[in-house]
Amino acid sequence: MPFIEAVRLALQQIWVQKLKSFFTLLGVMIGVTFLIAVVSIVGGMSRYMTEQLVGKIMAVNSFELRYRPNINIGDHDDNYWRELRRRPRIKESDIEPVTSALPDGVLWAAVGNDNLAASSRYVSKPKAVNAFTVTDDYFTIKRMAPVSGRLFSPQEFERGMPVIVIGQDVADYFFPALDPVGRELTIRGIPYQIVGLMEKQGSAFGFSFDKFIIAPHKSPINRFVNAHGVIDAIMIQTPSREGLLSAQETVRQVMRARHGLRPSQKDDFALETSDSALEFWNKIKSYLVIAGVALPAIGLVVGAIVIMNIMLVAVAERTREIGIRKSLGARRRDIMSQFLVESATLSTVGAALGVATGFAFAKLIAAVTPLPAAVELWSVFLGVGIGAGVGIIAGAYPASRASRLDPITALRHE
Amino acid sequence: MSQETIEAPLGATAERQAVLATSGEAPGKDWVIVTRGIKREYDMGGEIVRALRGVDLAIQRNEYVAIMGPSGSGKSTLMNVIGCLDTPNEGEYWLNGARVSSMSDDELARVRNKEIGFVFQTFNLLPRATALHNVELPLVYAGVGSVERKRRAREALSRVQLDGRMDHRPNELSGGQRQRVAIARALVNNPSILLADEPTGNLDSTTSQEIMRVFESLADQGQTVIMVTHDPDIARHARRVVVLRDGLIASDERRSAFVEKLGTTA
Repeated sequence: MPFIEAVRLALQQIWVQKLKSFFTLLGVMIGVTFLIAVVSIVGGMSRYMTEQLVGKIMAVNSFELRYRPNINIGDHDDNYWRELRRRPRIKESDIEPVTSALPDGVLWAAVGNDNLAASSRYVSKPKAVNAFTVTDDYFTIKRMAPVSGRLFSPQEFERGMPVIVIGQDVADYFFPALDPVGRELTIRGIPYQIVGLMEKQGSAFGFSFDKFIIAPHKSPINRFVNAHGVIDAIMIQTPSREGLLSAQETVRQVMRARHGLRPSQKDDFALETSDSALEFWNKIKSYLVIAGVALPAIGLVVGAIVIMNIMLVAVAERTREIGIRKSLGARRRDIMSQFLVESATLSTVGAALGVATGFAFAKLIAAVTPLPAAVELWSVFLGVGIGAGVGIIAGAYPASRASRLDPITALRHE
Repeated sequence: MSQETIEAPLGATAERQAVLATSGEAPGKDWVIVTRGIKREYDMGGEIVRALRGVDLAIQRNEYVAIMGPSGSGKSTLMNVIGCLDTPNEGEYWLNGARVSSMSDDELARVRNKEIGFVFQTFNLLPRATALHNVELPLVYAGVGSVERKRRAREALSRVQLDGRMDHRPNELSGGQRQRVAIARALVNNPSILLADEPTGNLDSTTSQEIMRVFESLADQGQTVIMVTHDPDIARHARRVVVLRDGLIASDERRSAFVEKLGTTA
């Protein structure tokens, strides 16, 4: 029997028994729904991590020299943490030797960062802000621009004037319904004039990236952000991805020399790239994917058992039909394929519904929670493919039973 | 035993020779069916039932044969064997020159598809399929394309005067109409034999006569018809009557002779 004919027959059969078919394919549908939802959400998070979040935490083609990594992946024993605590900090005095070793065209910025309480005259309650102190090229490296006001002038950088640019959340909290540019924000008793409001950076997983204030490196705030002569990081950006590794190697050699490390000793500082941040994410992702596959798998197994059961019932109910078909010349493989196609079609229809509800589910989750979702085309094929596969596996035994029925007995069946 | 079967009464010497000829080689092409020493036994829970105990039968093209006998005489088993639904334990069966008795399941399915058109007592139509689709079924298994299939199914349905009922399902048709759909289905593949099992068993007498007229006209057009029945009124339409008793052929007679005897046997 031609394949198309068999599919048409199977769809007809499903249509005749709509309600029963629906319950039959519910298991597969739920399994595929969860599979698609998980794949979409993990995919969405992944895309977000690579395209957005990591780009916000770390600029493109850049790395940071820190005394210890910001992101620590995996299980580390006490020795690891003890070693981190013993490391020397990165100092102001490291900036000049490190940056002068870099080739032309490479941008760099010294960065200090801490949470500090801030207050304004418009709001009674102080609030913590994420305070940064940066040198000239920071805004270029991070590709940040103001939406109103301006960035710091070379004089302001040079003299360490008490000026800041602020993020949207800071503006919204301290200056409700006001233009913050030109007004003052007080941090540790010192008023800072706001010269610029920066464009919105967005959020990830409910954490806002707009709670920052940024001041020139030499401004008074640096005393609170960085202890004496210490800085948190030197951010270095190469013009291309190719220059990144050699720049890292240059910085590594300078720092090893400055720390007087012997060749046998390991680095006592960290060169952190966006790859390290991604590695962290990939680790989380692998756990999510395992959970995301294990849970739907249970649904699919249940779905397969239901389908097998229903197909066995169908074979019993249609014993006479099988007898008739055999008397008219149907071979074993015709009967076999009829029931296989039927169960595969049933399951595939369930899977297709599951793909649709899975996407709807993912979109819903994306809408009501901070989790992003991305529709992955391959997951449609995966879902439908799994549906067909489950149907074929579940239908194999009933179909084989049907095909082996004796035509005479089957014809006499009431 | 073989001595006995050869001695069994055969209607004509030609038929006896056809049966005798089947010791290995195919009979002549005029012989649609030739069986030699067909035996069929069933194991019914330890008890061996000998349904056929050595049947020799030869049927020529264009014959209209009724197979009669009381229940348990083996006529249903013989029909199943002739219809290639069942294979004998012993003996040889040649259908249209092909040795069926040694065929595999798939080969038998092919033979059922190409050579045999079944008409059953209970019609055996697919309840959810239209008349047209029911008639199309044998062509589906023969691998005929959709357009050609529909054309031939329509043609077969109009041969049994059901032109206006093609899109009706079996439950929308009367018993006589259902049986005519079944006849159309049996004829659609141009089979060598039309094999009917109590075709009027579920029909009232008027409808029965109507169906018998259909068979008669098919036989007149040259269709080989074999009909299994226990009803002498139905058997009377046939031109040759084979009577089975206890798994053996008890008599095999031409219509003229048989009709005279009916009064005593029925």
